[in-house]
Amino acid sequence: MLRAFITLAFVVIFNFFLFRMLPGDPIGLYARGRNQDPEQLVELRRALNKPLLEQFITYLRNPFDSTIDSTRFSRPVWEMIGERVWPTLLLLGTAILLASLIGIWIGIRAGWKPGGRFDRMSTGTTLILYSMPEFWLGMMLLIVFSVGAFGIPGMFPVGGISSPGVDTSSPMGWLNVLWHLVLPCTTLVLIYLADYALVMRASLIDERKQEYLTLARAKGLRDTMVRKRHAVPNALLPTVTLIFLSLGFVVTGAITVETVFSWPGLGLLTYEALRGPDIPLLQAIFLMFSIAVIVANLIAELLYVVFDPRVRS
Amino acid sequence: MNVSAQRRRLAMTIFANSFRKDRSGMTGVVILAIFIATAILAPILIPDAALDVTKADGGRFEGPSFSYPLGTDESGRSILLLLAWGTRISLTVGIAATIISMVLGTAFGIAAGHFRGAGSHALVGVTDWFLVIPFLPLAIVLATVLGPSTLNLIIVIGITSWAGTARLIRAQTLSIEGRPYLERSKALGAGNWYQMSRHVLPNVFPLVLANTTLTVAIVILSETTLSFLGLGDPQAPSWGALLDRAFSSGAVSRGAWWYVLPPGICVVLVVLAFTLVGRAMERIVDPRRAS
Repeated sequence: MLRAFITLAFVVIFNFFLFRMLPGDPIGLYARGRNQDPEQLVELRRALNKPLLEQFITYLRNPFDSTIDSTRFSRPVWEMIGERVWPTLLLLGTAILLASLIGIWIGIRAGWKPGGRFDRMSTGTTLILYSMPEFWLGMMLLIVFSVGAFGIPGMFPVGGISSPGVDTSSPMGWLNVLWHLVLPCTTLVLIYLADYALVMRASLIDERKQEYLTLARAKGLRDTMVRKRHAVPNALLPTVTLIFLSLGFVVTGAITVETVFSWPGLGLLTYEALRGPDIPLLQAIFLMFSIAVIVANLIAELLYVVFDPRVRS
Repeated sequence: MNVSAQRRRLAMTIFANSFRKDRSGMTGVVILAIFIATAILAPILIPDAALDVTKADGGRFEGPSFSYPLGTDESGRSILLLLAWGTRISLTVGIAATIISMVLGTAFGIAAGHFRGAGSHALVGVTDWFLVIPFLPLAIVLATVLGPSTLNLIIVIGITSWAGTARLIRAQTLSIEGRPYLERSKALGAGNWYQMSRHVLPNVFPLVLANTTLTVAIVILSETTLSFLGLGDPQAPSWGALLDRAFSSGAVSRGAWWYVLPPGICVVLVVLAFTLVGRAMERIVDPRRAS
């Protein structure tokens, strides 16, 4: 708990000083290509010319200052982030759920008979998926299934979250969103499940060496029951914590895949901020992603304590 | 020849012999050899004109043909030649960033395992911080501050990817710290630097090497991602930068698969090859961990 707090404090401080090290004139960057009121510029310059310590204290008082505007969109950054949260949660939530179900299933089948045919095939496939840049997989899926190539007709939309003019609150709108969700979600599921399957497999192989499994077999339990009742529940624990711990890796996928599919979430917002570069927006996004990952790590640690009595000391 | 050199040579021979028997590890070595040869020969085989937009003689987004085996890009250049040149940049960035990351990771790991008290806590704290902070947002922020160039890309990847190595090396250092020969060396009055460089480093080194190949794989993936986001040098066509240009020039909506497919295949092959070699080395060096 304390560690998570210290990590968070460092993120907040780092976020402030890093961007103050920027070479060049921040006001020039801010006003470039825009009709800015000169009086406002003077005001801004005065704020930036204050002593660093004073600026730091102002920042510490409220790191989530709702009046800070994006330089590219001239809107409060936290308001823009707020709008983009839901599409990302929908995409990542669906992808993580499906990937963990499929990944754990593959891991169990492969890890129960290591070296078997299923294991060799699945380990090979997961290693290849693990080596893929996720945005490249997304681009290839787009070319094949939405533009149409190699004789396959395009059947999915090229991007976005819904077709223009569709009311997303109606049942038809929901179906439309689902139709747009298929390709980006498939991309992420394929990339994430490789990680989950490898971990589940390794943790089940570890569990197979435990003596209680020999006992369970010795009392005459069928192999399937030994697996379902004894091995899998224990092997699940490290995998489930890993799913929470891997949120940092999940974020990487979200940024590039949302960009490829123009999915209007936080990832695409990051890309838009990056191309500016829109410093206030980038700063806020960095803070937000870091906090999300630190909180997920904290949840993983707490889950471990709840489910594994051995670590409660 | 002194005893320790003889022993080291023997260890190398045993290592080479067990590695040669590892089929997946050898597959990785062969794939890497092909890519490294391409990277070295690229400046000899490829005329400068092939990379020059103004001298390109192909059509825009032409499909594969006899004179352009992998088709052309948005300005009529041969994708095959761009790809071969990209091998050079992707491998250079990958290896350079890995060296930074390994030096940082080994130094932090050994120091955190060797020292006691507040210093060690601080080092572990810094390592944990880098482990927790999401890689891509941190790398984006650093790269934006430093500006887009190949050198900055190497620095950014190097300083965002050492923490995993540091944790691994620290654990190994802690187990070495308890061994009798270190106690003996301490009793004879060896200083911290002598203990770390003469006793701890040679003992963690095999693990460092195995971990290096695994790190190169991750680093090359990171390079591809960052270049795709436009954070590399726009003039240096690495595989990631190639994918960035394919994406922003609309190759996807034109269905120009020959522009998108090959760079990705190259990334997958190289990353897979480094992973195979790394896993094979880990199986030999540290059989307990790799089970």
